[in-house]
Amino acid sequence: MSRAKVQRKSTAIDMTAMCDVAFLLLTFFILSAKPKVEDPIHADIPASTTIAALPEVDFAQLLVAQGKVIFSVEGADVRLETLKGMADQYKINFTPDELKAFQNLDNVSVSIGVLKQYLNMTNQERAGVAKTGVPVDTTDNNELYWWVKNARKADKLVHSKELKIAIKGDSKEEYPTIAKIIKTLQKQKVNKFGLITSLKTATK
Amino acid sequence: MAELDTSGGGKKGGGKVRSKKASTRVDLTAMVDLAFLLITFFILTTTLQKPKAMDLTMPDKDEKNDQLPVPATRTMTVLLGTNNKIEWFMGQPGNPLTAPSVTGFGKNGIRQSLLDKGKEVLAKSGRPMIVLIKPSDKSTYSDMVSMMDELNIVGNQQRAIVDITPVEVDLLKRDGIYN
Repeated sequence: MSRAKVQRKSTAIDMTAMCDVAFLLLTFFILSAKPKVEDPIHADIPASTTIAALPEVDFAQLLVAQGKVIFSVEGADVRLETLKGMADQYKINFTPDELKAFQNLDNVSVSIGVLKQYLNMTNQERAGVAKTGVPVDTTDNNELYWWVKNARKADKLVHSKELKIAIKGDSKEEYPTIAKIIKTLQKQKVNKFGLITSLKTATK
Repeated sequence: MAELDTSGGGKKGGGKVRSKKASTRVDLTAMVDLAFLLITFFILTTTLQKPKAMDLTMPDKDEKNDQLPVPATRTMTVLLGTNNKIEWFMGQPGNPLTAPSVTGFGKNGIRQSLLDKGKEVLAKSGRPMIVLIKPSDKSTYSDMVSMMDELNIVGNQQRAIVDITPVEVDLLKRDGIYN
């Protein structure tokens, strides 16, 4: 009896479909990835067991570190309206170029008094400017109050949604600074906000 | 002209010169490898960087009339001091129901007390315990977050962040966690 011959198959596989899928996924991940915005001052955020993710739109962040507050809001359209609101509030006229520059600005790290000058700088010059943060104190008329207020108004106008506000604080930040910010938010009846934390597993 | 006839051998002279047909198949293995490598990179970088947000609801300052009296027997006060130390007691600061004790965060720290007292209060009054968090001026932001997190872990919903009173600051000073 002769053995049946096993036919040898080629070991080469058709990679076309696999390649298609791989690149499709790659494209998806590249497009969904958001470039990481470098914070002007470093904040070492505390860890917690919370697993709720941050919203990506209709969202404003207050970065608190070294006693300074840095304000940022998502969305170029919301930013534009926010600055227009601030311009009315502080009677400053911004040129269209400055408005455009502000739309691309990741965060507000200087006082409104020098913002106009700051917007006219190149990126390299900006890096050299001392980041004083948005002035905040316990009075009713502090700058942070108006930034938040105008951002909320702007978001309502552009997206007709309520702006969510989150505090990103440095672990070592002393409580009075945080208390000052919470008071500022509460003055405009923002009683609910987020605290940005990194994830830690509960030691049960 | 400048082209070389690379079709090897063949019959010399006579007949048509056929150009060799190259296969259209390309080996995609290396390309797929690269693509998956990049995918892995992007997956890892996007999911690991996402920060989380803990919700914090502060009591409305204007609704003074709506505030219910807080029964001292159901209230636990937690004072946040320095060096990640906290001090807690039941009842009112001037007249605590339990002696104030200094502890830390974590499993062996405040969490056990929260669970024990929470059960005790629930058994006695049939209602959940109220926790008042009072951060002192010397406490850090991470203390506040840790405290809120402990409450989240034990599932306490009745909580508030309240301003500290001088009596309580003295208490922290006495126990050496206010420096």
